Amino acid sequence: MAAAAMAQKVLVPCSSSSSCGKVQFSPSRVHTQAIAFGGELSQSSSRKNKSLALKAVAGETSAPVTAKSGHEILLFDALREGLEEEMARDPTVCVMGEDVGHYGGSYKVTKGLAEKFGDLRVLDTPICENSFTGMGIGAAMTGLRTVVEGMNMGFLLLAYNQISNNAGMLHYTSGGQFKIPVVIRGPGGVGKQLGAEHSQRLESYFQSVPGLQMVACSTPYNAKGLMKAAIRSDNPVILYEHVLLYNLKERIPDEEYVLCLEEAELVRPGKDITILTYSRMRHFVLQAAKTLVERGYDPEIIDIRSLKPFDLFTIGNSIKKTHKVLIVEECMRTGGIGASLRAAIVDNFWDFLDGRPECLSSQDVPTPYAATLEDATVVQPAQIIVKVEQMLQGLI
Amino acid sequence: MAASSLASRAVASLSPSISTGASRDDAGSSSVVGFHKRSSAFTGRRVRISSGHGSSAAHGRRSCVVAATAAPVKESPPKIADIELVTREEGLELYEDMILGRCFEDMCAQMYYRSKMFGFVHLYNGQEAVSTGFVKALKKDDYICSTYRDHVHALSKGVPARQVMSELFGKATGCCRGQGGSMHMFSKEHRLLGGFAFIGEGIPVATGAAFNTKYSREVLKDLSVDAVTLAFFGDGTCNNGQFFECLNMAALWKLPIVYVVENNLWAIGMDHFRATSVPEIWKKGEAFGMPGVHVDGMDVLKVREVAKEAIARARRGDGPTLVECETYRYRGHSLADPDELRKPEQKNKYAVRDPIAAFKKYLLENGLASEADLKAIEKKIDEIVEDAVEFADASPLPPRSQLLENVFADPRGFGIGPDGKYRCEDPAFTAGTAEV
Repeated sequence: MAAAAMAQKVLVPCSSSSSCGKVQFSPSRVHTQAIAFGGELSQSSSRKNKSLALKAVAGETSAPVTAKSGHEILLFDALREGLEEEMARDPTVCVMGEDVGHYGGSYKVTKGLAEKFGDLRVLDTPICENSFTGMGIGAAMTGLRTVVEGMNMGFLLLAYNQISNNAGMLHYTSGGQFKIPVVIRGPGGVGKQLGAEHSQRLESYFQSVPGLQMVACSTPYNAKGLMKAAIRSDNPVILYEHVLLYNLKERIPDEEYVLCLEEAELVRPGKDITILTYSRMRHFVLQAAKTLVERGYDPEIIDIRSLKPFDLFTIGNSIKKTHKVLIVEECMRTGGIGASLRAAIVDNFWDFLDGRPECLSSQDVPTPYAATLEDATVVQPAQIIVKVEQMLQGLI
Repeated sequence: MAASSLASRAVASLSPSISTGASRDDAGSSSVVGFHKRSSAFTGRRVRISSGHGSSAAHGRRSCVVAATAAPVKESPPKIADIELVTREEGLELYEDMILGRCFEDMCAQMYYRSKMFGFVHLYNGQEAVSTGFVKALKKDDYICSTYRDHVHALSKGVPARQVMSELFGKATGCCRGQGGSMHMFSKEHRLLGGFAFIGEGIPVATGAAFNTKYSREVLKDLSVDAVTLAFFGDGTCNNGQFFECLNMAALWKLPIVYVVENNLWAIGMDHFRATSVPEIWKKGEAFGMPGVHVDGMDVLKVREVAKEAIARARRGDGPTLVECETYRYRGHSLADPDELRKPEQKNKYAVRDPIAAFKKYLLENGLASEADLKAIEKKIDEIVEDAVEFADASPLPPRSQLLENVFADPRGFGIGPDGKYRCEDPAFTAGTAEV
């Protein structure tokens, strides 16, 4: 593999400035995953879809990405591309939500789609989350594939009745008669002084609902792939987007690709420590990693992507290698993804751990408006660096 | 608003109409196609179906308040020649369906007290006219959506009594494999979308099914799809947000749906008049731009008339209708409800209006059936219900291995295990013996 192909990613997280981040697409990441785990991915029959996705990735050869292959795109547009492709491919795919149609979506994820597919396929709903989510569920039960957008994920709390009782349960309580192929998505997470209610971290709220799958996107590449996978899934899927990541730029393949909903993504191979993260924190971890690498550490960074269920294979293989785990999440400390992940790691990989699995989570506080307090609410790169050093120096 | 504009909308849409009390005047009835000639031979009272929302004010026919009368107005029985409401076949079908509903629910009470069924069981006794009147006016492809009081809706729609009883017994042969229970009856084959325990949460689901019909016709261009959806729910639900939100959306997009309110005046122990600022639920249709109709829900023929009109209206694309059926449940809210708050006077008032007794009388008096015919039906139903109990009793309980089978339509949703395989591929997992 050419050294150039292993080049570090150039990344400026959105949060640090008003300019958007740039992620240089590295095909070597995909290669590494296949090689490090003995190529099992292509062997497992249940992973046929995955190998299809691998083949579709641009630059699968060792040649580095050139300016000619793939196209640069911002994350919100990658989501839109994925959605548009699925809508073109399958006429039963439709979108409903507030301002998704004529307005093009509050974060422009549905921009242009109403003009292309019509007002019924990209339905502007009145402001009634519980009811239009339920309507999306009823439509899905009877044959459509609905994508329900919460203008901000926090608004989906109003739809909790429908998400828990109907999206999660109806396949079960109907004895398997009805399937609910809905995708429930929207921008969430802590933004830039948007205030407590627009800055909610909802991963833990829906986590326990049986019958739901949850994925979080973090780059244009995985955003598009996960959007497509979520739409094609017959399960109800919650797709977590982050309000500050929509302007991330990356070069993604021109060919069609669909990612696996249940798989984690190896972002950076390493041998010293396993860092598990998702969504915006992935970028903070990468930023911290630059410093850590300069100081001689070699972290393995995994974007878990699938918040429910966890990809215990990718995670386990990493822990078996490094024996140390740090989870970095934006979710609250209490009952969050990190809490569940630590339990799963202890249950499954106890014998491989040198120390307790550590977790950096956001504070159990309603996101304050003031900038200093808001910064203190979420995990910052500096904290990640300190924690990793402590762990690798045996101080904790 | 001229009658011609109504005619151009294929007319005969619905407006607030009163079934109890004196018959209303016929001003503007020229906009109605033939309907004003019909009457319910049963009580001689008219059900007036006339011009729709907004325009009724222009015609000066503001309907007045519903008042439940002490006893139905009795007029001399009309001549057989006047009767055009049901044929003998239809009449027997309706009778059989109501008898099935009543007999089945009575058997449920027995079985519950014999510890064959458990939990919360909500019986439908007294409300049979609504289910029969509406559901028997549907086509097979039409959808219905119910609440926890769903046994009889399921039976009317065609779900076999055996499957419903098995479900209630919690057996693997139940319509939902024993996983739903009394409050969650579903049938894909018979287009029953549930069975919901929380009030109001089924209304959006029904609205979604209606949306699907519109989508199928307008986006997928499949004009063979013309399914209408009925959403059944009670008076308590009409104070819930999802009710109002869905009325708004359905009217906005002219969805092919009928919202059927089974107003039995009680939400467990909460009297409708203590809970509702404007108790006339039918009036709320107009606030959302759809016809709101009130009908005597103890009279299966009246319900059926209104049902046919509302369903036809939906099917031709004119949009939703809100129908309030005045009805009553003879038993408590559920088998666990001591039913101490309802006064005997009220119960008696509705007991004499038993829809089955009344329809039986109608059939006999109008020569549509003989005593022997009706006895034969009752016997047949008895046998069906007995058979359902025997079948349910003999059916197996669900095995442990069934526990996780229907959590996900795509079982890859359980994720990838440490060994790299999907957990659903692990035989221990699917046998229900693996640790989750």
